[in-house]
Amino acid sequence: MAKYLLLKHYRGAPEPEGFVPMDRWTPEEVTAHIQYMRDFAAKLEGTGEFVDAQALAPEGTWVQYGGEGKPPVTDGPFAETKDLIAGWMVIDVDSHQRALELAAELSAAPGAGGTPIREWLELRPFMSEPPTVTE
Amino acid sequence: MASSAVDEGLLRVLTPEVLAVLVRRGADFAAAEDAVQEALLEAVRRWPDEPPRDPKGWLVTVAWRRFLDAARADSARRRREDAVEEEPGPGPVPDTDDSLRLYFLCAHPSLTPSSAVALTLRAVGGLTTRQIAAAYLVPEATMAQRISRAKRTVSGVRLDRPGDVATVLRVLYLVFNEGYSGDVDLAAEAIRLTRQLAARIDHPEVSGLLALMLLHHARRAGRTAPDGSLVPLAEQDRTRWDTAAIAEGVAVLQAALARDRLGEFQAQAAIAALHADAPTAAETDWVQIVEWYDELAALTDNPVVRLNRAVAVGEADGPRAGLAALAALDGSLPRHTAARAYLHERAGELPTAAGLYARAAREAVTTAERDHLVRQAARLNTLLREGG
Repeated sequence: MAKYLLLKHYRGAPEPEGFVPMDRWTPEEVTAHIQYMRDFAAKLEGTGEFVDAQALAPEGTWVQYGGEGKPPVTDGPFAETKDLIAGWMVIDVDSHQRALELAAELSAAPGAGGTPIREWLELRPFMSEPPTVTE
Repeated sequence: MASSAVDEGLLRVLTPEVLAVLVRRGADFAAAEDAVQEALLEAVRRWPDEPPRDPKGWLVTVAWRRFLDAARADSARRRREDAVEEEPGPGPVPDTDDSLRLYFLCAHPSLTPSSAVALTLRAVGGLTTRQIAAAYLVPEATMAQRISRAKRTVSGVRLDRPGDVATVLRVLYLVFNEGYSGDVDLAAEAIRLTRQLAARIDHPEVSGLLALMLLHHARRAGRTAPDGSLVPLAEQDRTRWDTAAIAEGVAVLQAALARDRLGEFQAQAAIAALHADAPTAAETDWVQIVEWYDELAALTDNPVVRLNRAVAVGEADGPRAGLAALAALDGSLPRHTAARAYLHERAGELPTAAGLYARAAREAVTTAERDHLVRQAARLNTLLREGG
């Protein structure tokens, strides 16, 4: 088994063709989209491949050590051009091929007109523990 | 199947009482807690075959013995052991004040809010560390550490003076607000603990908090749709509200208000009661709600209260008045944009409202709220497309 992180971006991912922002869909299309995401997570729980999923708020701050006895240095809010992560899902799967399949399935969530949004998702393998058997 | 004969609910009610007795007799908190846990395990083992006549007395006796054994085994504690052995042995157990002290101890001002919450659920609520960890979505080892640090923090606290009831109420309010996740219903647990507290202490704000919890809890079934999405108050199916809980909440609140010592929780409960009282959203007595928000604002300088007041003004005196009230507040307050969106929609300014709903969705801090606000934006934009 290998763990993968599926990253969803608010900004910074390539824009899919025919992109329509969510507030321009109909309420029913929004509901169908959210249901698809929920069903997808439930399915992976059922297959024993789901590990975790979290959503992140869009605002954030850069923080740095400010020196002995000084408050932390901050820089924010983020510039409009910064790559911005919206959330993630962690999966534990048998193969890289399976991870690709699942990411593609998530990207097929329905959008405006019920057609797949084909959002670009970032797939990142976890660094793993060294194996017990090394030779 | 032997253990099925032990009433788990009874054990959870007795746990804090037994713990409180040990602490009063001079056991330090952490050691007392360990001893009570061992006594509980023994109860689960032995009660199915030998049901005790006096379950609490039985637990106190066994836990006290376990505590003494542990104290004896620990030579570093030799001196303290001498002190406690002179205490009278387990006799009739006075309980009320002991349990009350335990509430104060677990909400002690030296604890951070998250530690006080964890310790209260563990020691007063009798939940397991695993259950508390699951409810707060943190690893069990993390929660175990949080609880054991909290126990060490309060270990030296003397329980000879009553604490500040306001600190206990804040902790119970935090537990209630966490709502429902995992297999432990924290809202229901908070109500249980507050009810227990109300039975032990005569204080209008304890009643106020209990009423507030009952009145909000009563609406829970109506608050979410079957698909998990949020249903705003005005659109809730009021037949799904729990009328028994509402009646109890209103009765508890009325008795508290009659004492004429108004506090924050009573004022919040009064607002919840006015919502619960209205047969339909349109019949809500917004004028009275605004008056209660004024009372509440006089009791606390919480800006969220002023935001909610502005929304109520919008209902009582029209959206323009609401927007004017909102304009006087800091625009970065949570839900400020969502409130503006709502009032602009009420004022018939749909394009402005749609844009604000979309912005409010980007500012939302819960996914349920975000999804709800995106849907509102989508609804208005669809309406505008079809209308134009």
